[in-house]
Amino acid sequence: MSITLNDYLALSTILFAIGMFGAVRRKNLLMLFFSTEIMLNAVNIGMAAISKFHGDLTGQMFAFFIVAIAASEVAIGLGLLILWFKRHNTLNLDSLQKMEG
Amino acid sequence: MFEVVAFYLFAFLTIVMFSITVLTKNALYALSSLAAGMIFISAFFFLLNADFLGVVQIIVYTGAVMALYAFGMMFFDSISDIDETIANPKLAFFLTGIVAVIVVMIFMAPVIGANVTAHYPVGMAANLYGTIDGNIQDVGVVLFTKYLVPFEVAAVMLLVAMIGGIILAGKKMDISITQMDDYDVPAQDHHKTDSEIEKDIK
Repeated sequence: MSITLNDYLALSTILFAIGMFGAVRRKNLLMLFFSTEIMLNAVNIGMAAISKFHGDLTGQMFAFFIVAIAASEVAIGLGLLILWFKRHNTLNLDSLQKMEG
Repeated sequence: MFEVVAFYLFAFLTIVMFSITVLTKNALYALSSLAAGMIFISAFFFLLNADFLGVVQIIVYTGAVMALYAFGMMFFDSISDIDETIANPKLAFFLTGIVAVIVVMIFMAPVIGANVTAHYPVGMAANLYGTIDGNIQDVGVVLFTKYLVPFEVAAVMLLVAMIGGIILAGKKMDISITQMDDYDVPAQDHHKTDSEIEKDIK
């Protein structure tokens, strides 16, 4: 009994579903960012697993670039979130419905 | 055998931690469990012989991203609960299930269908340049030959993100509200937070 590629892909899918569930279910904007991080990490596991079981390094390269994109997404997103909170005093997703030009 | 035990242990821990993140109402619990889940995920990278990716995972996610969230949360009123009522709760489960099935199909289709040949096989650094055989050497060779341009673009993107984050979050940072007198604090044109109401009562 050993761990195969399908086990890793199944785990990756479960984690992605957890993140997706959070993104659909939660109304806190901070939780939305956390869910995005979970989904990105789930994909990273799949990339690294395919990279190992096919003996190719390309999967790891893409995982690196996903990490870089996630880091810059957090920097910009958190800045926007702070700006939004200063203006509206809430992190509720429903408050985004009125943009007020 | 060790790999099997480690895989199932860390799979269980990761799923539990991320479930806590998604389901809890407390933002601080969510942040802590997310950081723990990130550490546990790096264990998978070490299991998959992607040592450098595991180290980057710990440094970037737990070191930088989680610290950024922790500092960002100091700006937020993170204790107050947000009304999470959703008009149709079954819809979320349904949509999530559908999306998960689609993701499984997307992942499985090319893996089963094609015989993938390795363009950049593991151990190429040792073959090409006679260095020590290791993941970090391989990553270095591939990253600075084939993926050099995306690497530089990613560097520029990180710089842009840093400047953007500073500009967005840093507005009016030169005014210190804590050192002002009460009547100098700029009036806010929306409803007050709990702490302000408490101050008014006193």
